[in-house]
Amino acid sequence: MNLDLNNPPTTLLLVGSVVVLLGMATGIGQLLKRQADPRFNLAVIDQFNLRIRAWWLMCSVLAVAFMMGPSATVFLFGGLSFWALREFITLTPTRHSDHRPLALVFLFTPVQYVLVGMDKYSLYSIVIPVYAFLTIPILMAIAGDYKRYLERCAKIFSGLMICVYCLSYAPALLLLPVEEPKSLLLFFILVVTVGDALHYAAEQFVGRHVIAPAISANRTWEGFLVSTGCATMFGAALWWATPFEEVWQAAAMSFVITTMGFFGGLTMSAIKRDRGVQDYGTLVTGHGGVLDRIDSICFAAPIFFHLTRAIVNAAEVTAAG
Amino acid sequence: MLERNSDSSGDERGISRRERASASGDPRPVPAAPAWNDWPAELPNRGMRAFLAALARLISGASVRWIDCQPDTCQRVYFANHTSHLDVLVLWASLPSNVRNLTRPVAAKDYWEKGWVRRYLAMQVFDALLIDRKEIKVHQSPVDLMLKAIGDRQSLIVFPEGHRNTAAEMDEFKSGLYYLAKKRPDLELVPVHIDNVNRVLPRGEFLPLPLLSCITFGPPIWLEAKEPKVEFLRRARESVRRLKDL
Repeated sequence: MNLDLNNPPTTLLLVGSVVVLLGMATGIGQLLKRQADPRFNLAVIDQFNLRIRAWWLMCSVLAVAFMMGPSATVFLFGGLSFWALREFITLTPTRHSDHRPLALVFLFTPVQYVLVGMDKYSLYSIVIPVYAFLTIPILMAIAGDYKRYLERCAKIFSGLMICVYCLSYAPALLLLPVEEPKSLLLFFILVVTVGDALHYAAEQFVGRHVIAPAISANRTWEGFLVSTGCATMFGAALWWATPFEEVWQAAAMSFVITTMGFFGGLTMSAIKRDRGVQDYGTLVTGHGGVLDRIDSICFAAPIFFHLTRAIVNAAEVTAAG
Repeated sequence: MLERNSDSSGDERGISRRERASASGDPRPVPAAPAWNDWPAELPNRGMRAFLAALARLISGASVRWIDCQPDTCQRVYFANHTSHLDVLVLWASLPSNVRNLTRPVAAKDYWEKGWVRRYLAMQVFDALLIDRKEIKVHQSPVDLMLKAIGDRQSLIVFPEGHRNTAAEMDEFKSGLYYLAKKRPDLELVPVHIDNVNRVLPRGEFLPLPLLSCITFGPPIWLEAKEPKVEFLRRARESVRRLKDL
């Protein structure tokens, strides 16, 4: 690989910024841990340091996958989807008669990711919404158990859509016809993750009007506006790394994906509350909860993909015309 | 916690483990420890064991919890609820390998002797004790066979319900556990709760689903002095059932 040091590729710059940001966060965390001011809550600082360490780990895994090429990244996300799906189905009350349809549900994970890896947009965009949507209820009907039939269908299909279909659009970004697709995926993950962190921070400090008290007691409209605003500015500041031609486009994209991420988290909380009532919650404790970590990415990825695709196509048309 | 729960509760009763062992009386045949020159023949089986254990952990995604109990190579009887054919494999795989090599599942002869795969797994891999459910001879009760087979080194995995149970509640325990405890009061009886494995492989299915399951080991129990059979079995069943909610 030839490196032109005066004009380094944006991906490298982006990775560099991530390393610097994380390094600064690590430094701050260690400093906070060492000082003896009783006003700081030690538990919160430990939590913060743990999160930083998790981010280092995630970034390293992602960096290795990036270096190994798009297939490795697609494979990595396929693994994440698989784990998220098994968490989701484990928490979903299914019946014995759903056993064979569920085998098909799990089979759709490799199918979707192989199609993404082969860049067959016309197939991977419909294989789950059309083929899985029709075949799973058919198999469930053949199994002959009508008890809460529609409810079971809906739950299983939601799991497949959120954990597999939606998430698969993140690695699909790598195959868009833009100059540096790696920067695009990195930009997306970075903005969503920073948005997550800001939402979390805002929950602690800002807000009065709780959005849905029964679902999440500390998500407020004010917190949402403040943190989404900050994340939008962060995304706009990374405009140079994106294929978007205008700064406002990068800002608008950041706004859309952090908003989707925020409400994705809220939606998954609703599902967890629902399960909590039915006493399935104990089963996955002790597991890190992959789904908890990636819910915002799941909700933001398809929207980001389609909007970017539209912008890129429009730019191509203009360039050709 | 370094101090093992088993030791402390043994001391509370003022009986050391050695005394318990000698109290049970009759000299038992001791199965020989594997000799140094056994390893070439044992190697493929060991490899298979490690491989199967890893595979079982992967498929069942089992999270293993030890509550007031630590993995140990001392002689134990693990008793668990039974909902799936995978139970044996998942429970066995969730033990650390040094404990696993000393632990033998008790299984039904009619199921595990069918076909060479099952027979190979039962004989070479799990080193299972196959019990004939159909004809039980008076002079060789299953409990005597089990005790004879484990000597004073090995541990057992038993499913006291006696069959795979599909209902939400556990069935009554069969009395084998009581007689095991009565004849060998020194054995630690460790309750194990197996959660969600019945969804990984329900009765009558052949394809396991990669769902997440959970194995919980609880604090050991012993047969109390003069405890009636029914009372003991009820207590043992409750000790497994309560692990679900912890």
